[in-house]
Amino acid sequence: MVTLRMRVNGVTRSLELEPWVSLLDALRERLGLTGTKKGCDQGACGACTVLVDGERINSCLALAVQYEDRDITTIEGVTHPIQQAFIEHDGFQCGYCTSGQICSAIGMLAEHGAGMPSAVTEPGASGLSEAEIRERMSGNLCRCGAYNGIVDAIKEVAR
Amino acid sequence: MSTTTTETKSPPRERAVGRGIDRVDGPEKTTGKARFAAEFPYPDLAYAALVHATVARGRITGIDVKAAEAVTGVLSVLTHLNAPVLKPAPARSMLDLSTMVSATSVNYLNTDEVHWDGQPVAVVVAESLEAAQRGAGLVEVTYQEFPAVVDFAAEEANAKPQPNSMLGAGSAKKGDAEAALAVAPVSVDLRFTTPPHNHNAIEPHATTAVWDGDRLTVHEGSQAISWMRKHLAYRFGIPERNVRMTSPYVGGGFGGKGSVWPGTILTALAARATGRAVRMMLTREGVYRTVGGRTPSIQRVALGAGQDGRLTALIQTSVTRTGKVGGNSESVAEAARHLYDAENILIQQNLVEMDLLPNTFMRAPGVAIGTFALEAAIDELAGELGVDPIELRMRNEPARSPLDGKRFAHRMLREAYALGAERFGWAERTPEPGSMRDGRWLVGMGVATAYHSSVQFTANVTVRLSADGTVVVRCGFQEMGMGGATVQAQIAADELGVPFEAVRVEYGDSDLPTGPMAGGSAQTASIAASLLSACEKLKGSVLALARRSGDSPLRGQRLAAVEARDGGLYRRDRPGAGESYEAILSRAGRPSVEAAIGSESGLGALAGQVRFMAKFINDQRRWVKAASGAQFCEVRVDPDTGEVRVSRWLGVFDVGRVINAKTAASQLRGGIVMGIGMALSEETLVDPRNGRVMNPGLGDYHIPVHADVPPIDILYLDEPDPTMPLGLIGIGEVSITGVAGAIANAVHHATGKRVRDLPITLDKLL
Repeated sequence: MVTLRMRVNGVTRSLELEPWVSLLDALRERLGLTGTKKGCDQGACGACTVLVDGERINSCLALAVQYEDRDITTIEGVTHPIQQAFIEHDGFQCGYCTSGQICSAIGMLAEHGAGMPSAVTEPGASGLSEAEIRERMSGNLCRCGAYNGIVDAIKEVAR
Repeated sequence: MSTTTTETKSPPRERAVGRGIDRVDGPEKTTGKARFAAEFPYPDLAYAALVHATVARGRITGIDVKAAEAVTGVLSVLTHLNAPVLKPAPARSMLDLSTMVSATSVNYLNTDEVHWDGQPVAVVVAESLEAAQRGAGLVEVTYQEFPAVVDFAAEEANAKPQPNSMLGAGSAKKGDAEAALAVAPVSVDLRFTTPPHNHNAIEPHATTAVWDGDRLTVHEGSQAISWMRKHLAYRFGIPERNVRMTSPYVGGGFGGKGSVWPGTILTALAARATGRAVRMMLTREGVYRTVGGRTPSIQRVALGAGQDGRLTALIQTSVTRTGKVGGNSESVAEAARHLYDAENILIQQNLVEMDLLPNTFMRAPGVAIGTFALEAAIDELAGELGVDPIELRMRNEPARSPLDGKRFAHRMLREAYALGAERFGWAERTPEPGSMRDGRWLVGMGVATAYHSSVQFTANVTVRLSADGTVVVRCGFQEMGMGGATVQAQIAADELGVPFEAVRVEYGDSDLPTGPMAGGSAQTASIAASLLSACEKLKGSVLALARRSGDSPLRGQRLAAVEARDGGLYRRDRPGAGESYEAILSRAGRPSVEAAIGSESGLGALAGQVRFMAKFINDQRRWVKAASGAQFCEVRVDPDTGEVRVSRWLGVFDVGRVINAKTAASQLRGGIVMGIGMALSEETLVDPRNGRVMNPGLGDYHIPVHADVPPIDILYLDEPDPTMPLGLIGIGEVSITGVAGAIANAVHHATGKRVRDLPITLDKLL
């Protein structure tokens, strides 16, 4: 057993857990923060995306013990205009990938704002085109196929 | 005497039906508050994990659980040697539709027999998720292995004619299609193959189960809570009323959560054996090993035509598979029965039974893969004739169903193609393959017809109107992203003349009135039919209260003479004369009025089933009912790598009246996205030597991602179907049909290459 502290949604939480517990399972099963979803547990679907010190990660591929004293934001701690934009543009159907899409979009906007390029960034280009959004969000799968609405929601808040 | 006549001065309120209203569960889903099956907290919760068989057919000769039991936190290892006794699954019967939810006939952990690679042979229950999974990895099982039939391609010659059932005839015939084909001036005779597919809802199947004496509560991501409740009660030998299943949110289903798969039963079994609340979320691999997917298919489509393009022969045959222990035959050639006015038609659907996890319904079962072959073949015939593929379809558009002369309840394919061609810019397409380019990309445009038959189930519904003008609709239906609660609230709001915001819809709980299953694109229409009746009954009861009062301006009025609007009932002949619900109910001293449709008693439910069957059969005799549409796509193909990108999409749909333009568009887009995956990347690989799925994960089974999906335009014809409640036709499945055909046709237009084996991966284009 390892004892560690992390800040989750602005609140310092103390956890006692085995070193092999993933950050995702720690959030869901130990802290009761079930807004973060498990879709594959293999880093392939993005449903478990959370923000760590503002950067997006797949929490299923992270061990909780690596995040001592870090600042974790889950969907329960998100208050952002993109949530309303998702509703207005119908950027979801079943809602299961939505937490991950929203956290990922917030992280993605910060990455783009900091000048990080993607595979489709043209030299000298700075805007966030639809192609850029689609490329940068491709780690978050949506089986209901709400991609058009998600892109529209992100476009609206990026404006 | 005081007057209760109310003059309404505000302008007529906009109706809720037809508007693109935001879905009511949006705030919960965008804040993480929506609670899915694996998220119900219990203080003594334990976790379960499955051990899967590693042979396709055999007998367990030994199970060593010592190492698993030694793991700290492991509570119990359940195997066929110590598991509680379960009743075998009931035989399937059309007289009791709930029996259709048996996914397999295997009595899990009550038998030493293995019927597919991946069948659960043990369940480990532990204090933590990690301990359960660690324990599962340590269970050692030995088998006596038997020969197994697992290679689908090798079984083609052993296929047997599919039996006829209510769900679809196995074969059909008009004239002599083979003879007509042999003498046709122009013909194509083609073989198509499609691989198995998996639903891959992002929420893996999950169950939380807890027993209280002989009462069982199950939280499950389910497309059929009432049928599953009955199934579980039967298996555990308890009365149906002792089982409660809740499913407030379902993280995607697509058919994969419409049956009782092993995980559900075994979680309830583990909870019973350990006396603990037990949660089991399948691993992604576990979903592939224990939840069936779409059958693969081998198809022949042969078309014969005169020089004028009129079809003289249409042949579609199919071979699909089921498991020896379950599965469903699929109507692969369903669309061929209704789409083209051929003089001679032959349909023959055959089946092989295999030692594999049974297949199950996946979005537009049969039709999704059948329309790929049919619509690609029509395109090839158009090429042979030198006729535009839309024009060829229009020349063969039937006035009545070509096979049996039945009337179409609704048929607007001409309008769909005309509108689509104009909006998509079809006239700009140059017919010659390889003739359109954008820079280095080869550009292709393709079309295909979408078609999906429409059915309805029974639905019990209650509606309660309170004196404050609020309304509660109750029905145990399922919501997995279709927007069910939103559209039913829209319908109730208009029927009762109250604001949309005044209506709350309760669903997803088997304690509610028995709802229909979410399947066959039937849920919305099924509930709507009962909801309309319930609202009518409710208005009758309210009017009866008003009529009893000498003060009421509604005194002596018949229901047909009044309308519900502005939160009350008003006379049609004197628009100002009427009363608010509040006024009527408070004068009568009633806090609320309720109306119910459907019976929950055994006899009443049976009568409901009989009525359903009678209507089903009668409808089938009189009408061909379907949703349909025209799919237009544009692809770009890299001439050097063969990479295919879908760059534009337009779907024009005839789905009757559209209740919510926003959620309907999303659902229709979703089917197209899944169709893009089916066309270009999705394939479950089954090892032909041992029947094991080789790519059981989202890293190896490629569903479309953001970058694969272009803007998808959706247009509705929005003409009510006169035979459906409110004129609406279900939209859950129609939009995946035709998609793979449209893409294959566009790829041919871009490259000159015909790929008749899905998915169209780049190796097939090089």
